[in-house]
Amino acid sequence: MPALVVDPWVRWDWVGEHRDVILAALVQHVELTVIAVGAGLVISLPAGALAARVRAARGPVLGGAGVLYTIPSLALFAFFVPLTGLSVLTAEVGLVAYTLLILTRNVVVGLEGVPAEVEDAAVGMGFRPLHRLIAVELPLALPVIVAGIRIAVVTTIGLVTVTAVIGAGGLGQLILDGLTRQFRTPLVVGGVLSVALAVVADLGLALLQRRLTPWSRWR
Amino acid sequence: MSFLARVVGWFLDPAHWQGANGIPVRLEEHVLMSLAATAAAAAVALPLGVWLGHTGRGGLLAINVSNVGRAIPSFALLVLLLLVLGLGAAPAFVALLALAIPPMVTNAYVGIRGVDRGLIDAARGLGMPDHLVLLRVELPNAVPVLMAGVRTAGVQVVATATLAALVAWGGLGRYIVDGLSQLDYVQVFAGAVLVAALAGATEGLLAVLQYVLTPAGLRRSGTVRWHPRRPLRVGRGSTP
Repeated sequence: MPALVVDPWVRWDWVGEHRDVILAALVQHVELTVIAVGAGLVISLPAGALAARVRAARGPVLGGAGVLYTIPSLALFAFFVPLTGLSVLTAEVGLVAYTLLILTRNVVVGLEGVPAEVEDAAVGMGFRPLHRLIAVELPLALPVIVAGIRIAVVTTIGLVTVTAVIGAGGLGQLILDGLTRQFRTPLVVGGVLSVALAVVADLGLALLQRRLTPWSRWR
Repeated sequence: MSFLARVVGWFLDPAHWQGANGIPVRLEEHVLMSLAATAAAAAVALPLGVWLGHTGRGGLLAINVSNVGRAIPSFALLVLLLLVLGLGAAPAFVALLALAIPPMVTNAYVGIRGVDRGLIDAARGLGMPDHLVLLRVELPNAVPVLMAGVRTAGVQVVATATLAALVAWGGLGRYIVDGLSQLDYVQVFAGAVLVAALAGATEGLLAVLQYVLTPAGLRRSGTVRWHPRRPLRVGRGSTP
């Protein structure tokens, strides 16, 4: 690869000319992440609430999510390629599967951390189980749940770089282009932007967490 | 012929069990690379984390290093290292090493700091010198958390070694990457099965290792898992 030696790390003229491509990849990256964590939450909140409430459900729910989490990302995407092709759907299925363990575990830990006195008080005040869950337990579990969302978002942003391999786009597409064309600039841009995105998302969610739960010292 | 039957056929084809692209060779590459990277990372990370935990220094660094590690996409790291180190095993090894160190440092630190202060005070009160407090009290009690870090790192290394196929290294990821570029989904699926099986086996083996290394008095029923809200159980006679 002699060309690489002369090629500088970042050619700013290329960055300037391809601003729209880079921005589109960034937006796509954010979209893929938001959909994955959103769908993950839709599944994890009821699943976690069930696992926290019903002892017998705990093992299967957390165990199943754990098995999915153990499968390497590239393999998980590859499993669904024959079924859903090289598409965004394939990427999302894999990404959602990955968020499940992180999110469900934090929902369970958060709900189990609700003090028994508070639950008793809610029961004594006549709260029905579902109402109690939504109005009393979930707000108290929020710091732990948001902590889980933070980890899930940061992890997913990293994983989305891989989904370019199965044609779902995102910043990984820039990395892949740089790799196939032996051209450093898109590669560095893609890598740096995905790290920056992860850091910004983590800090933003940390602020949101403080706003949502001003009574909590949990970090 | 159904898709799954073709996958089974792929596994039964003797051609896939021989030569430089055969399953045994690819498996060996994958396992040796993962072992080397995990062992080298443990040799650096565990003493560092244990020392930080023992002296109580650098806590913020030890905790946050794993958050930073998580934010760096392994794929981007691999490719950047490829540019620096060239093709072959070197960028894969360095990337795996870099990914395995943070969780081990964090867990070693948290494990040592999480040991009941009363135990350490008792040991000191009995006149135990500092290095024995570390070796006989802190380390054995920290094993469950410390080994949980090794387990996380080991499984992550096996998973990321799959990605190394994207930067022209071997391992089991080759089947997935080659299959994707040839649109040979049977090979892609077969590769995914192999990788998933290896990851599962790694998780299982490290869980067994974690159990075996945990002092008998600290073992709960089943696998040992650390729970930050519950203090670690101490000694054989304490309440369950």
